[in-house]
Amino acid sequence: MEESDPRGPTRRRFLDYLLGTSVVATLSAILYPIFKFMVPPQVIEASTNSVSVGKNADIPANSGKIFKFGSKPGIIIRTQAGDLKAFSASCTHLDCIVQYSPEKKEIVCACHNGVYDLTGKNIGGPPPRPLEEYKVNVKGDDITVTRT
Amino acid sequence: MIGTRNERQSLQIVTLGRRLPASPAAFRRRAIVVLTVAALATLAYFVTFSRKTSAQETSSCVICHSKLEPRLSDPVKSFDGDIHKSKGLSCNDCHGGNPNKADKAEAKDPNWGYVAKPTAQQIPGFCGKCHSDANLMKRFNPSLRVDQVQEYATSIHGQKLQKGDQNVATCVSCHGVHGIKAPDDPQSTVYAANVAETCGKCHGDANRMAPYGIPHDQYDKYKSSVHANALYEKHDLSAPTCNDCHGNHGAAPPGLTSVANVCGQCHSRQAELFQKSPHKEPFDKMQRGECLRCHSNHDIKPPTDTMAGVGPGSVCVSCHNNDKGFAAAQNIGSDLGDVSAKIDEAKELLDRAEKAGMEVSHAKFDLRDASDGLTQARVLVHTASADEIHKALTPAMENATKNYAAGEYAFSELSFRRKGLAVSLVFILFLAGLVYLKIRQIESKPPSVES
Amino acid sequence: MKKIDSLFLWLDERLGIQSIFKMAKKKEVPLHRHSIWYYFGGMTLFLFTVQVATGILLLLYYRPSAEGAFESVQFIITEVQFGWLIRSVHSWSANLLIAALFIHMFSVYFMSAYRAPREITWITGALLLFISIGFGFSGYLLPWNKLAFFATKVGTEIAGVVPIIGHPILRFLRGGDEVTGATLTRFFGFHVAVLPAIATVLIGTHVLLVQMHGMSVPPKIEETEEPKTMKFVPNFLLRDLIGWILAVGVLAALAAIFPWELGEKADAFASAPAGIKPEWYFLFMFQTLKYLPAKIFALDGEVLGILGFGLGGLFWVLVPFLNKTPGHGRRKLVFNVIGIFIVVFIIVMTIVGYVSS
Repeated sequence: MEESDPRGPTRRRFLDYLLGTSVVATLSAILYPIFKFMVPPQVIEASTNSVSVGKNADIPANSGKIFKFGSKPGIIIRTQAGDLKAFSASCTHLDCIVQYSPEKKEIVCACHNGVYDLTGKNIGGPPPRPLEEYKVNVKGDDITVTRT
Repeated sequence: MIGTRNERQSLQIVTLGRRLPASPAAFRRRAIVVLTVAALATLAYFVTFSRKTSAQETSSCVICHSKLEPRLSDPVKSFDGDIHKSKGLSCNDCHGGNPNKADKAEAKDPNWGYVAKPTAQQIPGFCGKCHSDANLMKRFNPSLRVDQVQEYATSIHGQKLQKGDQNVATCVSCHGVHGIKAPDDPQSTVYAANVAETCGKCHGDANRMAPYGIPHDQYDKYKSSVHANALYEKHDLSAPTCNDCHGNHGAAPPGLTSVANVCGQCHSRQAELFQKSPHKEPFDKMQRGECLRCHSNHDIKPPTDTMAGVGPGSVCVSCHNNDKGFAAAQNIGSDLGDVSAKIDEAKELLDRAEKAGMEVSHAKFDLRDASDGLTQARVLVHTASADEIHKALTPAMENATKNYAAGEYAFSELSFRRKGLAVSLVFILFLAGLVYLKIRQIESKPPSVES
Repeated sequence: MKKIDSLFLWLDERLGIQSIFKMAKKKEVPLHRHSIWYYFGGMTLFLFTVQVATGILLLLYYRPSAEGAFESVQFIITEVQFGWLIRSVHSWSANLLIAALFIHMFSVYFMSAYRAPREITWITGALLLFISIGFGFSGYLLPWNKLAFFATKVGTEIAGVVPIIGHPILRFLRGGDEVTGATLTRFFGFHVAVLPAIATVLIGTHVLLVQMHGMSVPPKIEETEEPKTMKFVPNFLLRDLIGWILAVGVLAALAAIFPWELGEKADAFASAPAGIKPEWYFLFMFQTLKYLPAKIFALDGEVLGILGFGLGGLFWVLVPFLNKTPGHGRRKLVFNVIGIFIVVFIIVMTIVGYVSS
């Protein structure tokens, strides 16, 4: 049969060739995302309940540092005495980011001069509520903040 | 009825007991019955006895007044929930008289300091008898102040009272009479969330205010204010109500020049900036209250960016017209408007990108800085300096632009995905077509090949 | 060439590949005007393998805890390369699978393909339906978003209404009295271990039985004509393949154009969002329960409804034994009417469920 049609074998071979390459192409189009998916991403998975905020040396005494806690800002403070304290950095008045004032040894909000003491309590200006406090864990040289 | 049935029952028990043979079991049963009866009797005795003591009222004031018509018995009833009662005080501690005498005349003996109903003029002294006595108050609440009466004398209420006006507020107008509660008790008339209503009882009454020639819409206005919103809607008890600006015992309108100090208690930065601003002097000269010239007093609305600038809603144009200030206002207004619009745009774009499944949380977090900058610049409006505001807004604008771009990038990534999909779909359809051709090819073969 | 041949021979001696090939070669599919329905079984199986593949991939990053579940899914769709694609394909494929399964099931029902000797094939299929629904119900909760949280709450509550055994079932499903992190852990266990194990056994039996008995031909056609046949390999298989390739295309298109939303994180203390609805394949039951009066003859309407659905399910499993001689006279009519009623009921109630808010 095949010999009776001279165009037959070439046409069939061409179709088989095309089919083979397409199958390979499609399979690789399917496998490519799968392999890419299995490659661990650069970003370390964000955990909601605790976040690493840096090394001991990053936060000298009498200073504060803002860090990202999920989608919200947090602030970690080392008091002059050397204690570490962490709070939500969203001012309870209008959600501005608060900062540590090394001169006053207080947490202040630059937007409307809200003032919090180092326990997070609102002691001046318009803020209606204290800042939410987080737990600080120090393991070796790494500082981790945990929401309770 | 019940009593008789019980009696009959116990009688039955006794008779039964007598009739029963004195076996040990029967004896035990009888002992149980006797002991139970004895225990019940003791219990009943104590219940009645203790009830008697709790209901025992030795004060002749209460004994007589609780039997009288409502006008005279109500004080007894409402005094039950009064803080003074909970501290162990009784009628005679305020009204005087001798509660040990059952006779009406003896009990109300003026020699025992009896005062039936103090007049308005008498009230401050009446309460002050104890409340101004530091030694006495220490015994009940050492942290309570004892200068209320003194302060009251400086208030408009107190001054008018001294001049013989009986209509003004005295202690009882705000605190109540016999059902006085501590100020931190939510039922108290002077609890933070109830103060405005308490003041409004008189100050919202047009007839009552008419002789004094003062407005009576403060309460209504206050209810529409940003402060009332914070207090009633957000349940923020630190939000100011009447007494936080006017004082309570020394209630008086703050003087025009002291308005800024009053508002500055909370809005300290704005007050500080304003004091240093070029507005301070002319405002004082014009004798217009500093803050309330722009923000009004009782119905303070949340400030908007349009209050600055020169468009509708602007407060600047009420003084500035075609001068340097007008130009500054124009700049401030457009600066604030531009940045705020850009932030909103970026926010909206990022939200949409997030909904579409793109990762923009870092951009969203970063955008907070822009919002912060804008909030700070809004405070800087009190400097009235267009330059300073512009300087503060520049980084915010840059930030918003950057994060808007991040949103746009997210969308370009999304369209890239769709394009990638379109390409792969072409391949997939192509492959399906090829398979179809293959089937045709196979089936076009005559069946003889199979065998 | 020789090497391959000898390897084949070596393997054949040990595995008997030749006989499988022979069987595959012999396998034929009857051709008649209802042959189109034969494709849906294969489609369901294909979508199931898609679910297995994407499910395993998702397991690489998913964390089954109340604290981490939502975040890990968020992480998958935002940070992991092509994570959005894998997750959306998994969700979409799940829905297409249920749809294909329904079509397959009703086509088998109306063609009376469950009649002797294929009763057990039908029963395993019916059980696979319940398993698939279990997959859907348990998988829906895993992203731990608000909608899933409340859908699970309502769904398990419905199970709790059943007298006597209801409350223990509710506690068993929830892992306690409330929907909590314990429920999530449990559902995760069902979804990735218990149900797959059962499904594998059932699918194996189901497919094996189909090979043993071959495709069933509807009684009417069987009586009137000798149907033509088609070789399974390669003719029918290649046609199946076209369907599968197109399914891949549809899945990719759905994933890219309508990415499956993640929604908001579940919060046990938040109030239920207005108008929560279960997945579409539960909607007809959900809607029916809504319409039942509170009391029917002093019995609780909801309880009756649930018992009704339970009996309906039992009836469905036992159909081959209730209708032993299909294709003849009144009996056939009765079962066709029942089938049509069920289809119409499901479609109408689903639409009503969607339209009413």
